[in-house]
Amino acid sequence: MLAYLARRVLYTLPILLGVSLVCFALVHIAPGDPLSSVLPPDASADLQRQLRTLYGFDRSYPEQFAIWIGRALQGDLGASIASGRPVATEVMRAVVNTLRLAVLATAIGFFLGGLFGFVAGYFRNSVVDKLASMLAVLGVSVPHYWLGMVLVIVFSSQLGWLPATGAGPGGSSDWAWDWAHVQHMVLPAVTMSVIPMGIVARTVRALVADILSQDFITGLKAKGLTGFGVFRHVVKNAAPTALAVMGLQLGYLLGGSILIETVFSWPGTGFLLNSAIFQRDLPLLQGTILVLALFFVVLNVVVDVIQSLLDPRVQRS
Amino acid sequence: MTTSLKALTLALALGTGLATAALAQEKTLRIGMTAADIPRTLGQPDQGFEGNRFTGIPIYDALTHWDLSKADAPSILIPGLATEWKVNDADKTKWTFRLRPGVKFHDGSPVDADAVVWNVQKVLDKQAPHFDASQVGVTASRMPTLRSASKIDDMTVELVTSEPDSFLPINLTNLFMASPKHWEAKLAAVPASVTDPAERAKQAWTAFASDPSGSGPFRVTRFVPRERLELAKNPAYWDEARRPKIDRVVMLPLPEANARTAALLGGQVDWIEAPAPDAVAQIKSRGFVMYQNAQPHVWPWQLSFTEGSPWLDKRVRQAANLCINRTEMKELLGGLMAEPKGTVGPGHPWWGNPGFDIKYDPTGAKKLMQEAGYSAAKPLKVKVQTSASGSGQMQPIPMNEYAQQALKDCFFDVELDVIEWNTLFTNWRQGAKDPSARGANAINVSFAAMDPFFAMVRFTSTKTFPPVSNNWGYFGNAEFDELIASARTSFEDKARDEALAKLHARIVEEAPFVWIAHDVGPRAMSPKVKGVVQPRSWFIDIATMSME
Repeated sequence: MLAYLARRVLYTLPILLGVSLVCFALVHIAPGDPLSSVLPPDASADLQRQLRTLYGFDRSYPEQFAIWIGRALQGDLGASIASGRPVATEVMRAVVNTLRLAVLATAIGFFLGGLFGFVAGYFRNSVVDKLASMLAVLGVSVPHYWLGMVLVIVFSSQLGWLPATGAGPGGSSDWAWDWAHVQHMVLPAVTMSVIPMGIVARTVRALVADILSQDFITGLKAKGLTGFGVFRHVVKNAAPTALAVMGLQLGYLLGGSILIETVFSWPGTGFLLNSAIFQRDLPLLQGTILVLALFFVVLNVVVDVIQSLLDPRVQRS
Repeated sequence: MTTSLKALTLALALGTGLATAALAQEKTLRIGMTAADIPRTLGQPDQGFEGNRFTGIPIYDALTHWDLSKADAPSILIPGLATEWKVNDADKTKWTFRLRPGVKFHDGSPVDADAVVWNVQKVLDKQAPHFDASQVGVTASRMPTLRSASKIDDMTVELVTSEPDSFLPINLTNLFMASPKHWEAKLAAVPASVTDPAERAKQAWTAFASDPSGSGPFRVTRFVPRERLELAKNPAYWDEARRPKIDRVVMLPLPEANARTAALLGGQVDWIEAPAPDAVAQIKSRGFVMYQNAQPHVWPWQLSFTEGSPWLDKRVRQAANLCINRTEMKELLGGLMAEPKGTVGPGHPWWGNPGFDIKYDPTGAKKLMQEAGYSAAKPLKVKVQTSASGSGQMQPIPMNEYAQQALKDCFFDVELDVIEWNTLFTNWRQGAKDPSARGANAINVSFAAMDPFFAMVRFTSTKTFPPVSNNWGYFGNAEFDELIASARTSFEDKARDEALAKLHARIVEEAPFVWIAHDVGPRAMSPKVKGVVQPRSWFIDIATMSME
């Protein structure tokens, strides 16, 4: 097991190097001036040259990459050009906010998706199935930023029940698990949960339908089990796959959603990426993408390890 | 219950009651900005003039200020921390500024000559321990000729420019004075383990940004990056007329127009910048108040004068200016624009009464085009580079499409080249001859016209051809250079304004732009916000407002 773990961790090293290289290249290929946030377009040519030197953008790309990756290995992702604040601090604050939202969205998505999927699969071809399937299709089809805007118009602008923006009355640094703060999460979390809800519902429906057509279900019924008894067995058999799908969805949600976080001004990784892109804040952009990519790589390793613990055949393969 | 216990209970109840009453009476103004992050708070804000509006002017003072007290007259220069200033008669590159006595920073230290010199050094003297590269770009470009400062006595400083420049007092509205003492305290708090002086200074500035000290009418009480900035009133502010009546101001970055609008309608904020245009009717119907005024914010097509450009013919340039029905365009934008008569309008000190009247005159436009050899059968092809969005660009696609359609009636065949905003911005500096122009002979980038250099000089001087500055179309000649030199060396305000008026009049007559619209800086506020004066400026004074 230890050898497998070591091998798996070792495999991530070239991936991490590749990720950092792609991440660096992508942000430098994008058009625009990296100093645009601190240098107005009317700045003199001399001033432009002076600042390019001060920020190190006069160096060659390989040199810039080597310096950046060298510092990143020591945990220093540099400072944001626009704000001057350390990138690592900015990213970690945003990650925590996104995590909070993603977990709630996952919980809502999993609960509703599981419910709709089981009901639809269990009562195949009935009205309930059609209704639940329609909701699932809507979930994966409706543009979530549009849904977010509609929810804001209805529940914030018109009814005034829920706040439209922000991460709490005092900002995310004041976060507390009380209604004053949680109400800020409701609309973005519901909006964010729609896609995983749809995917989980469709997956679970297919699973349940498949399980119900298997011989052991006939066997269970022949043994006299009815209703809830059979349902319990269906749930047990469908749960591992449903959980795997939901885990994957959680991974996506943890990456943040640029559109949803921007619509709701939620200070997560998506919101951070959005402002970094628009300000051409290269250190912030590189740092955020790198941290998110690392997060996925680590998550994959963790999933692989857990899978290998549950099923030794994975290690052998 | 013993007597002392009763007394304690009574005192507690009374205390709680008083505290609650005080809180209830506290007037808080919540503002939704268009910025995606809180503009920098360390003295020299980023995010363009929205930064100056929200984290410059309320927190800091400059040597000179803009008069923001009138809505019906141009915003002019007034004394700020300097009560008077004068150029040296023998050497016009030297200025003396006399400082206002008794002004203190929020930390209690005095605003004196040492503080002014220190603040000039922070952006111009690389050897100074507090030099901060991150503040250089947004500052030095706005005062391009300032070179150094020195103390004459405690309340007098001398500023030196690279060449005689009468625009200096105007430029100095952009240099905000931060407290040296407060910064030094932040520097002293940097851990001793950090030994590199540059890194220590950087960390001190980061700490200063979280807990800044200026001398403005508000002081910072709380700063949550990317989420909120809280200010409290400075009851000891030196200008009694601008001593705040609002206790607290909370600023929130809400970059998405619909989110801002929803926050206002949902009662989360009392004021939003630039509401979603299609929500204006709803905003008004819900009892909120819309404010707007002609801003020195020009939305033009800047024309190319390079070889082969169709705009080399003055008749064509003037025809384009006469062919756009700006009143109709204003309706298209829900009233959120002003109709331009030039870069500045009649009544402005730099107006100059030009001989060419920018108006809607399709007959005159067609006549000019026919004289130039064009007709419906033989239209003139022009290509305009623009963006789909961008800071200050208003609504570029519908506005450009409207202009395209309007000009078609006057024998223009307009091709729009829509590119990404940052790319357009970069191209603006490269010039019309650069391959980045992709054959365009006009570019649509809106600009601020607060001071003479940015309003006129950079577009009309032969010294500002690309890549030096934004004279994208290479417009300029000896006459304009002379007019500019005359303005720059006229040191009396009246004489300087007269020289600038001559320059402006000639610019309008030569029409190196198609002036299409001026922005009006729309903002929506709760009716609870009182005393709002929206001046003809990019800025607005929060200090003189009150809350019901």
